[in-house]
Amino acid sequence: MRRTAVITLALSATLGLAACGGGEDPMDTGGDSDAGASGGDDAGSITIGSANFPENELLAEIYAAALSDAGVDVDTQLNIGSREAYIAGIQDGSIDALPEYTGGLATYLNPEITATSSEDVLADLQENLPDDLEVLEISDAEDKDSLVVTSETAEELDLTTIGDLEEHAGDLTLGGPPEFETRPNGVDGLQEVYGLEFAGFRSLAAGANLTVQSLANGQVDVANIFTTNPAIEENDFVVLEDPESLFAAQNVVPLIRADAVNPTIEETLNEVSAALNTENLTSMMVQVQTEGQDPAEVAREFVDENL
Amino acid sequence: MISLTWQWLVDPATWTGPGGIISQSITHLRISLVALLLAALVAVPVGLFIGHTGRGRWLAINLAGAFRAIPSLGVLFVATLLLLPRLSGNLAFELPVVLVLVLLAVPPVLSGTYAGVEAVDPAARDAARGVGMTEAQILWQVELPAALPLLLSGLRSAMLQIIATATIAAIVGIGGLGRYLIDGQASRQYEVMAGGAIVVALLALLVDLVMAGLQRLVVSPGLVVAKEH
Amino acid sequence: MIGGVAWSTVGDLLLRHIYLAGVPLLLGLLISLPLGWLATRYRWLAPPMIAGTGLLYTIPSLALFILLPLLLGTRVLDDANVLVAMTLYSVALLTRTVADGLGSVPGATRQAATAMGYGELRRTFVVDLPLAVPVITAGLRVAAVSNVSIVSVAALIGVSQLGQLFTEGFNRNDMGPIFVGIGACVVLALVLDAGIALLSRVLTPWLRAGVAR
Repeated sequence: MRRTAVITLALSATLGLAACGGGEDPMDTGGDSDAGASGGDDAGSITIGSANFPENELLAEIYAAALSDAGVDVDTQLNIGSREAYIAGIQDGSIDALPEYTGGLATYLNPEITATSSEDVLADLQENLPDDLEVLEISDAEDKDSLVVTSETAEELDLTTIGDLEEHAGDLTLGGPPEFETRPNGVDGLQEVYGLEFAGFRSLAAGANLTVQSLANGQVDVANIFTTNPAIEENDFVVLEDPESLFAAQNVVPLIRADAVNPTIEETLNEVSAALNTENLTSMMVQVQTEGQDPAEVAREFVDENL
Repeated sequence: MISLTWQWLVDPATWTGPGGIISQSITHLRISLVALLLAALVAVPVGLFIGHTGRGRWLAINLAGAFRAIPSLGVLFVATLLLLPRLSGNLAFELPVVLVLVLLAVPPVLSGTYAGVEAVDPAARDAARGVGMTEAQILWQVELPAALPLLLSGLRSAMLQIIATATIAAIVGIGGLGRYLIDGQASRQYEVMAGGAIVVALLALLVDLVMAGLQRLVVSPGLVVAKEH
Repeated sequence: MIGGVAWSTVGDLLLRHIYLAGVPLLLGLLISLPLGWLATRYRWLAPPMIAGTGLLYTIPSLALFILLPLLLGTRVLDDANVLVAMTLYSVALLTRTVADGLGSVPGATRQAATAMGYGELRRTFVVDLPLAVPVITAGLRVAAVSNVSIVSVAALIGVSQLGQLFTEGFNRNDMGPIFVGIGACVVLALVLDAGIALLSRVLTPWLRAGVAR
């Protein structure tokens, strides 16, 4: 298990400190000198991070399992927080790589972005990515932001697209993670693109499950939920169509710090991207969220079957 | 960073309006006071009983210790998962938070109360019995007033903890000063977080001062004189 | 497995929790001892010092965890942020306790020590400090229990310890891991509490001798 790995490492580092007084993990010391001497066949080491929602955690576990099979020394630090938090973490070296989504990252880097198709979003993303970061190949798997209502609300107000909310928004409360309130393609975008002004926004910081529960129980009327969230199907929620493409393409893509890339890592993560699609991602999410399986085990199974 | 925080704090727009500091402080105080009152309703009678009879002291000490050990974040999540589907409207978010704060406040109020009663001069108690007071009269007219200083200290330290902890309410979607911490983090506006933290500390300090003033007002002058001698 | 969590995971998170709550407790005590001593030695220092350190306790933990990297230049996910924050909270609780403890030493005892030719420093370590042990350990128990609870908030910033079970359980809509986390926190806090109480007994044999007689 990943936590076991992190903690065993932390512990052995502590023990190493006590034993040789060098403050360094004995295994690490060996690895470093090897890297210096022979280089070539060393698959290197990497710390994989994840955002604080289950799907991203699952993807991070998939990266970790695949890389570990490729002989890379893998460490994980999952559940970090919102994009704002983990980008800082990857830039300061707390983590080396994590699964990202093209549209979200591109908008984060360039709030003025107008691109919405997968290719255009990727092009914009690569243009604005800081020099110390890289994205590898994108996968077909897509997990988009969406606005979701309960089937009762959809029926009662006759809603199919986000635009249909226009005349009702003033009576409805919108719920979502706090960053949705300030992101350009969040509350502001809804107003600019669809002319929606909600009665209020309820900031739900504790994760997607809180948003799902709040929508299901009527504490909010419209919610910002990711499209691969199995709760949408479980609760018979209706995803409102986005004809104006307010929410950009969101292909899953590995984000990595440039100085952490090596050929083994790059090749392995590109293989993972090639194997992923929205369908298998959603069905893995059902295993994790609906059936309560351990994300690490689901990831292991996927890697064993597909890579 | 410091100057940005200062700018945020002195900007009048930060203070007014529906999401402003004034309105969030009121929400924060409302939730805190409700929690303190509920905690006092539970802990003061129990503390008086223990202090007066000397019974159940061991249980109370250990129970208070165990309460202190309960992690607020865990209780908040359990209570939210349990109550969200069963309640409607704002109450579904507020009740879990209030519950967490009550759990937090019970130990200091409880131990303040029974310690206060226990510390009552036995001579005063005997004298009260001597003049023919009933046990209830002794409790209400002698022990409670004499226990007030420690009881109120317990309430004060409970309130300090409540105000600092009430900030986690923001993660389950209700208002209060925690909004600045959570929303500030989410949008990388660290000056908002820092400013929010300062406002929370100031509010805690202000409330503590007010409670210290109250303490001075309601404590019997007889006790103060006795202490000075 | 317990509550859907592997026992080994609980064990690992528990060790992390002990580290993040325990080390700051010891550091906090080390810092509070001289501060508390100063507050008893120079009486005028006591009110501002106790109020000042007490004020630290009113800073919300979440804010401190997130803002410390900006102030310290540490990385956002470093344990150091949590360790420093928890040390500050420990100092906030313990300075007052140390001052109270040293202040509780009877004047006659101090004078006797001085009359026996003890210098100030020697008297502090050999006479005052041992006599203050019961009061200091009482404060240490409160600080230990409160540290265990506050550390769990660090799960919100991605630093792993028992609090991680709260966020994971909550995200999966599964109360099992949350209950496991709460249970482990409470047990840890009570064990630390009892351990310090025991230590206090061992360090103060004269108190038991008094009772025996």
